[in-house]
Amino acid sequence: MDTKTKEKIAFIILLIATILVVTPVALIMLLVLINGLPALTPEFIFGSPREGMRAGGIFPAIVGTLYLTLGTAVFSIPLGILAAIYLNEYAARNWLTRTIELAIINLAGVPSIVYGLFGLGLFVTFLNFGASILSGSLTLAIMTLPVIITATREALNSVPRSFREVSFSLGASRWQTVRHVVLPNAIPGILTGTILGLSRAAGETAPILFTVAAFYLPRLPQSVYDQAMALPYHIYVLSTQVPNVSVKVQYGTVLVLVLLIFVLNLAASVLRTRFRRRKTW
Amino acid sequence: MVKVKINNLSVWYNNQPAVKNISLEVKTNEILGVIGPSNSGKTSFLKTLNRLNELYPNSRTTGEVLLDGLDIFKQVDKHLLRKRVGIVFALPLPLPLSIFDNIAYGPRMHGIKSRKKLQEIVERSLRSAAIWDEVKDRLPVNAFKLSGGQQQRLCIARTLAVEPEVILYDEPCSGLDPISTLRIEEAMRELKKNYTQVLVTNNVKQAARVSDRTAYFLMGEMIEIGETKDVFTRPADKRTDDYITGRFG
Repeated sequence: MDTKTKEKIAFIILLIATILVVTPVALIMLLVLINGLPALTPEFIFGSPREGMRAGGIFPAIVGTLYLTLGTAVFSIPLGILAAIYLNEYAARNWLTRTIELAIINLAGVPSIVYGLFGLGLFVTFLNFGASILSGSLTLAIMTLPVIITATREALNSVPRSFREVSFSLGASRWQTVRHVVLPNAIPGILTGTILGLSRAAGETAPILFTVAAFYLPRLPQSVYDQAMALPYHIYVLSTQVPNVSVKVQYGTVLVLVLLIFVLNLAASVLRTRFRRRKTW
Repeated sequence: MVKVKINNLSVWYNNQPAVKNISLEVKTNEILGVIGPSNSGKTSFLKTLNRLNELYPNSRTTGEVLLDGLDIFKQVDKHLLRKRVGIVFALPLPLPLSIFDNIAYGPRMHGIKSRKKLQEIVERSLRSAAIWDEVKDRLPVNAFKLSGGQQQRLCIARTLAVEPEVILYDEPCSGLDPISTLRIEEAMRELKKNYTQVLVTNNVKQAARVSDRTAYFLMGEMIEIGETKDVFTRPADKRTDDYITGRFG
């Protein structure tokens, strides 16, 4: 076989692989759009569920998911970023640091149902927060932490070592160097990674199953100690727990969740492109 | 007058010696040239003088470095030391900031906030580094927009902005064209009035042109040190002679 034929075959195989990757995503989107779009009426989005959740809207679930995502952000972003700065900029390279790093990598691989049970044990029962937005947010935050820490460390590492050396050489302290040289240049990467982590948390079902999610709760939550409906769990309920739910309502709910996550991911990409354009080094 | 006195200085990386038992003195307001092939320990030696070597996790240092008679490892705060002993790196390394903010970075880190004071410092530093006229109309422009030679003079100005007493140069012209090199050498000569300077260079001719005294390093050892004209016209050691005449290196 000559080089040209080989080149052609390689090209075709690579192309097919790429198409195979995209196909399921495209099909899911298409299916959800076609079946879900007709459901998207103002009443569906801003109304409460009626008739045993077979009609009406899903507003409480949307609000619940927004609250949970916000709560997750509040708990996981500061902690994750600070921990990543410590590990990357301060910690000495020794067995302790390496053990912590290994633990974080492993945390990222823990199945989400395990986080859910952990949250049930620690927050709901032991700390007595009950099934509440607080417990749910904390559980989701713990699940998101490894993602945020890893993304932040990558962003910190992408800032050239030489920038730090210059800063130190001018007599700046470590914190001044982190604050004025490293962080400003790492922020875009940190933001992108963080948002992607949050968007994953927004779509999780297992961690909120025992810690916050309400089967049916038409009024909006009043405090962090309240239970809340949430979109992923609501989808699960609509498709397995309640008989005779119309396909339109099911797909409509899915579409809303997908759109929500899509908006988050879009924000991450926009931020990334905008910062990349500004980047000069 | 001795500005920096180095006694039996050795530097290791992962227990591999890079600088072996070097003792020398840097005199006030002189330019000391340090020449030698790569791997001769010049840069390690230089970066020890402001304790920048400590940033490399596997480095270890023994011996004494006295700045105005005080031990820099024991008697001087390292942040203050780095303010007093500035360094210009081999490659121009502007920070991703404007020209103004690059120069103002050091002074700001040392607590100067007044805009007026910073403006004075920026102008004075850029003038001393002989780049003021080229950049005075575009101080808010990102420093990466400057040419390589301009960037390096900007870096010299940035070092000057924290009012050091000693300036270390680590092959400062290695990436620059001859005209830019000439400008930087002129700046160094001008700076002699107020600063003590140590110039590490791969360019033997550069040492001959600008340094008052020259030291020759080889494989981490100092082979010879003396007045530049002596080292270049009648070196005491055969190996120095081989290196400067280009038979080796």
